[in-house]
Amino acid sequence: MNQVAAKSNAIAKKRGNESGLFKRMLKNRAIYLMILPGLLFFLIFKYVPMWGLIIAFQDYKPYLGITGSPFVGFEHFERLFSDDMFFTILRNTLLLFGMNLLFYFPVPIILALMLNEVRHAMFKKWVQTLVYVPHFMSWVIIVSITFVMLSMDRGLINEILVMMGFEKINFLLSNEWFRPMYILQVIWREAGWGTIIYLAAMAAIDPGLYEAARMDGAGRFRQIWHITLPSVRSVIMTLLILKIGDVLELGFEHIYLLLNSMNREVAEIFDTYVYTAGLKQGQYSFSTAIGFFKSVVGLMLVMAANWLAKKAGEDGIY
Amino acid sequence: MNQDKSFGSRVFDAVNYTLLALVGLITILPFVHVIAGSFTTVQELAEKQFVLIPTVFSLDAYRYILSTNTLFKAMGVSIGVTAVGTFVSMFLTSLMAYGLARRDLDGRGPIMFMVVFTMLFSGGMIPTFLVVKEMGLIDSYASLIIPGAINAFNLIIMRNFFQNLPDGLEESAKIDGCSDWGILFRIVIPLSMAAIATISLFYAVTYWNTYQQAILYLNDSTKWPVQVILRQIVILASGMSADTSDLGDGFTAPPEQTVKMAVIVVATLPILLVYPFLQKHFAKGALLGSIKG
Repeated sequence: MNQVAAKSNAIAKKRGNESGLFKRMLKNRAIYLMILPGLLFFLIFKYVPMWGLIIAFQDYKPYLGITGSPFVGFEHFERLFSDDMFFTILRNTLLLFGMNLLFYFPVPIILALMLNEVRHAMFKKWVQTLVYVPHFMSWVIIVSITFVMLSMDRGLINEILVMMGFEKINFLLSNEWFRPMYILQVIWREAGWGTIIYLAAMAAIDPGLYEAARMDGAGRFRQIWHITLPSVRSVIMTLLILKIGDVLELGFEHIYLLLNSMNREVAEIFDTYVYTAGLKQGQYSFSTAIGFFKSVVGLMLVMAANWLAKKAGEDGIY
Repeated sequence: MNQDKSFGSRVFDAVNYTLLALVGLITILPFVHVIAGSFTTVQELAEKQFVLIPTVFSLDAYRYILSTNTLFKAMGVSIGVTAVGTFVSMFLTSLMAYGLARRDLDGRGPIMFMVVFTMLFSGGMIPTFLVVKEMGLIDSYASLIIPGAINAFNLIIMRNFFQNLPDGLEESAKIDGCSDWGILFRIVIPLSMAAIATISLFYAVTYWNTYQQAILYLNDSTKWPVQVILRQIVILASGMSADTSDLGDGFTAPPEQTVKMAVIVVATLPILLVYPFLQKHFAKGALLGSIKG
């Protein structure tokens, strides 16, 4: 008897909660209405495409649709992994990523350290204003400007080379120059903007620490090395994790704009290949399989990097 | 903060200031070169390779651009898409951000997770393209706006900003009989103009710079925004001379350097014009996002 009573009590309590929830939701209906359009946006343009990844396992035909196209299992993935192109793309992607990590990543840190040492507020502001500018320009603009400067036909750089007695270099159509050109553009566009977060972290450092270091006879370099850098260590770690998570996200636009028939061997990456194979040649299922591979690896890398950061005693990003 | 007046410290400062000044110069010299080059003649550009201040001032390049309507039309498209897109994005983002900023809302956690997850994993280019196609958006200007209407990052910045407003404001407004919509539009939004200005500018810059969505979703070249035209005129015509067939009407021959430079300037101009306003706000906005995001 007691048990039964307790049970019905529990049920009644649950009902009470449920109607409480319902009441709360009804009271907040205006709020739900505000969220609704945004929610629909995420469902339709972010989650439906995730469901659309199914076509990687199908022989998708546009006129049959996802529901009508036959399943083929891992056929596209098998084709992908046995394709020489796949390894070229993987190599290109990893190399460009490695260059990003090695040559781009430290630049904003160094630049921020330099800016942090500036005591003239006006000078600091001027330099910052200048170095932030390129971040707001599209890749089309950045690449256009470099193309005008690197062009064989009266391009500034080639004219300077000739003036100095060298041969002209066809930067835009060469394999060797693609990677340096790519990474210099990345640095030019993003290095200044990248300093913002480091500068904010540096502004929060207790001035007393520098004073104490000076008392101990530390010069400028030693102050930077023993106080400024350790103080922004966690910020550096966080940004490094974010960067590692982006291994395969080199940016479609930038590479696509630089890509041409002469440098394809070193320039083709996952995104550009998905675009040409998928949209230009109509191999929807095959290129979705490539995209799927990329997304899964990307997700795993973010999670792995985050896990590692937590192991190392940092906060991680989630 | 640093009162060190020793010799070593002075040398350090001198080197540091010089290097930073150089960095600043290197950053903007290419822009100056292109702007100056666009205002000179082809002859002067050929004689003096590095033009910073043109001695022969000429508007020929701009006259040429204006005589063809390709770029003109594309400017119109870009301006329209930027204006409408920024408004749509801000409207949707603010509404959702405000809803998600309400701590008493059931289901807030799962919805936030849903939003954040899209930053980590996505269906990719082809499935997204198929959705856009199914929605009938191909070759419509809406395809430049709707598929990217809300940026998850901007949404989180806005939500954090709304969340940091004092709770008492809303409560007292409620007691005075104000509805949730009233609270949002009459109290929360007027108090959040700094955040709204920042995010609006971020959206506006993104729309002005739209390139990828245009080449994915617009087959009809008469609808192309300015960034796509810029690529046709400058990038395809530089080095890749094989493919000048689709330069657009009025640009049948590969354009001269000065014309290319003028086109770059025109496509960049709106951003340079809003940059002073942008600059006032963005550092704060970027920090809101990156630290608390």
